[in-house]
Amino acid sequence: MAEEKKMFSATGNQMVADAMRQVDPDVMAAYPITPQTTIVEGYDKFVADGRVTTEYVNVESEHSALSACIGASAAGARVATATSSQGLAFMWEELHIAAGMRCPIVMANANRALSAPINIHGDHSDIMGARDTGWIIMFAETAQEAYDNTIVSFKVAEDPDVLLPVLTTLDGFVTTHAMDCCVMEEDQTVKDYVGEYHAKYPLLDTANPVGHGMFATLGDGYMKYKYTQREAIEGALDVIEKHGKEWAEITGRPFDLVDAWGTEDADYIIVVLGSCAGNARFQARQLRAQGKKVGVVRPRVFRPFPAQQIVDACKNAKAIGVIDRSDSFGSAHAPLALEVRSALFSAGVQIPVNDYIAGLGGADITLAQMEQVFTELEQCAAGEAKKSITYLGIDE
Amino acid sequence: MSQLTEIRWHARAGQGAVTAAKLVADTALLQGNYIQAMPEYGPERTGAPLKAYTRVCSEPIEVHNNIQNPDIVIVLDDTLLESTDVCEGMHDDGTLIFNTTKTVEEIRKAAQVPDSMKVAVVDASGIAMDTIKKDMPNTPIVGALAKVTGLFPPELVKERLKITFGKKFSQEMIDANLASVDRAYQEVQE
Repeated sequence: MAEEKKMFSATGNQMVADAMRQVDPDVMAAYPITPQTTIVEGYDKFVADGRVTTEYVNVESEHSALSACIGASAAGARVATATSSQGLAFMWEELHIAAGMRCPIVMANANRALSAPINIHGDHSDIMGARDTGWIIMFAETAQEAYDNTIVSFKVAEDPDVLLPVLTTLDGFVTTHAMDCCVMEEDQTVKDYVGEYHAKYPLLDTANPVGHGMFATLGDGYMKYKYTQREAIEGALDVIEKHGKEWAEITGRPFDLVDAWGTEDADYIIVVLGSCAGNARFQARQLRAQGKKVGVVRPRVFRPFPAQQIVDACKNAKAIGVIDRSDSFGSAHAPLALEVRSALFSAGVQIPVNDYIAGLGGADITLAQMEQVFTELEQCAAGEAKKSITYLGIDE
Repeated sequence: MSQLTEIRWHARAGQGAVTAAKLVADTALLQGNYIQAMPEYGPERTGAPLKAYTRVCSEPIEVHNNIQNPDIVIVLDDTLLESTDVCEGMHDDGTLIFNTTKTVEEIRKAAQVPDSMKVAVVDASGIAMDTIKKDMPNTPIVGALAKVTGLFPPELVKERLKITFGKKFSQEMIDANLASVDRAYQEVQE
């Protein structure tokens, strides 16, 4: 209840900047890009005002930003940064290096479209480019969740059983720039929760010299190394749930790997990531009032993918609609649809799935679109064939 | 039953519509409501047409997209009527508030507002020039909104303005803004 904690208005970016302020990492190296800018702008002000002890490193590009973060993390520092879109794309080679060197960096991403054509608005094209880089990836639905996810991210990244970088993401403009109702925990609560960070193998521990990111070429060294990365991120799912639940206990706000609404008896289910899940739920409530059994499933974590939780939530449905906010050109299915189909197939669950693409480049995701999807799922369950992927909201 | 009010703002970049959208939200928040306020970002050029949105609800707000069927539309620049259908998607019993020197009848005709909708006019720019000494119609129009819709009392708008402006403006500027709210509250015509 709101009586203990004061509800106030804030944008998603303000909430992420404040989450990072409360954690107060040792180093932040960042480069501004719309719609992430107000995160690093806000954080830079905290540094200037002496509210944090972070060493803020101004760099000339995102490539340099993540390079500096990797260096600082390998040296033993707790590190955070933030980026978006072309900036995340520009970090691509460092993304792999950060994960491969097992640097527990926390990076916020303001999910945004990629050029061309130029577009500064929200979708998931940028973040899906990072899906195979070895980073843990979380999606926030709201500004409040962006705050909570960011705090949990530090705990997950730095867990000795994980030691992987985390992307804590929020949708461009809809979450980064819209003013929403939020609450914030006390600084000390956050500091106590994340605890102090002690790197396991810091480069600056000169008494115990180590090498990071060494040469591993012929022979099976490289493969063995990559296998440990797979083990680490697969094991991270339980760790995310554990630390998320711990944070939920402190805050009273739920934390589930997969947010499942109405799925106990739902015949038709929409699976969707991020900020538009609320629209799907709002429409689902309207349809429930008309007696239709509909549900909405939203993975809060995309990497590692919570396949079992998705199957558990969807297994009794008659038809499933997956809405992606990015495309995977040349693939039969967009990223989220591919994961959902794979999860169902591996579990031996045969339910027809409709693929949809919506909200590219900030295109408004409307209630009418959600209704269209639910209607088409009914038709799908009745045996009506549909073409492979539907782009919602345009005349194809 | 939850009470949801959806407001769409039409303005030109530089008129302070985004600030006003947030002022309305923050004022409603003082009443214990849940709120959202967001701009529809386009090219950031002074004078370019823009839209902004405010949602106010007694319950938590789940939807996060643009407002398509507003209850209230606020138009900060009547020259937008040449290029914009400000009534688009409105509910039949909706309310439109214009910053204009035209009369209710003139603006109803110019904007082709159906008879079922309420129209209110206020010279917010004129009031702003008198009080704030700048053509910033965004603060006074919120006073007009308070009068026409009864969404909240004008005192609450002023209380919120003191909180927002108290940190960054002189007392003279704050007083001018408060006066502009009162004048628009009194002068708005329906």
